[in-house]
Amino acid sequence: MKPEDYSRRQQELGGWQVTIETYKLGDVYHCIIANVDPGARFARADGPTREEAERVAIEKATRHLAQTRKFEV
Amino acid sequence: MPATLPSVLVTTEWVAQHATDAGVRVVEVDVDTTAYDQGHVPGAAGWNWTTELCDTVVRDIVPPNKLEQLLGKTGIDNDTTIVLYGDNNNWFAAWAFWQLKIYGHDDVRIMDGGRKKWLAEGRDLSTDKTSFPSKTYKAKSPDTSLRAFLPEVQEAMKKKAAALVDVRSPQEFTGEILSPPGLPETCQRGGHIPGAKSIPWGKNCNDDGTFKSFDELRALYSAQGISGDQPVIAYCRIGERSSLTWFALKHLLGFQKVKNYDGSWTEWGNLVGAPVEK
Repeated sequence: MKPEDYSRRQQELGGWQVTIETYKLGDVYHCIIANVDPGARFARADGPTREEAERVAIEKATRHLAQTRKFEV
Repeated sequence: MPATLPSVLVTTEWVAQHATDAGVRVVEVDVDTTAYDQGHVPGAAGWNWTTELCDTVVRDIVPPNKLEQLLGKTGIDNDTTIVLYGDNNNWFAAWAFWQLKIYGHDDVRIMDGGRKKWLAEGRDLSTDKTSFPSKTYKAKSPDTSLRAFLPEVQEAMKKKAAALVDVRSPQEFTGEILSPPGLPETCQRGGHIPGAKSIPWGKNCNDDGTFKSFDELRALYSAQGISGDQPVIAYCRIGERSSLTWFALKHLLGFQKVKNYDGSWTEWGNLVGAPVEK
């Protein structure tokens, strides 16, 4: 199978830059979210549509990012 | 790259042509251990770094007998060409590469650009779990010249016996954050090992996930005084990002004395009394 409808974009989420990568394989959309720096995947979701997969992945990512603390340096 | 060095890298096109050749085994190793199930290179095996590429009781790399079982059931013997790839520009593919070299596997390579490039090129993906005819694998004695343990890192810090390269993000290096955004904190203190140089792993790579050229890599490291004349120890948080830098220094630049400190910041940043610089 070939992945279809592939997209990759950067946006801000909870004060952090993230990369959102989405593609369709068969009947399923896969969405993966990674922090831009250092580039680690930390949230993903599948769904029947791009919107649904991204909505769930963004929800998870937002939850995880809310737990990242910043310290004075 | 010089003609003698890049035999450790293969292109996505090479993999598309040779993934199922006899004597070749393609293996995906991801940070996100579910990524393989979301589609992988047809014919590729998938290894889980959290269970299959480590000792799950003691904190350590995979024990030799466990590696032998893993490779055997993946249809790999000592003569197989192993081609590794994965997400995050091959972080854990490099982690697997490093361990395979510790145990002396001769022909192991990385698919340049990893999963990111394969996907971006719209190449075929499969969701089939491939099974392989079992083979017998014999690991060699571990090559400890590729791995740094805490006492050696402490010595390197005190006596400047080796260059310490911190490959984490600048925010982790300064202690502004304790873990990459979105991931759990795994240390008690932020900052870096005194004297370490900050050269984030991502500087080894182009936007498409491929490694930079020999000249670009040489310029990157020489600008920080890392020329291969003295031993180098790379570290990150758990040792996977630093295995990518280890790969670049050892196998793309050809430096002789390069070690990966896989204890990394989860060891140093939790150690009572360890000096920390911010």
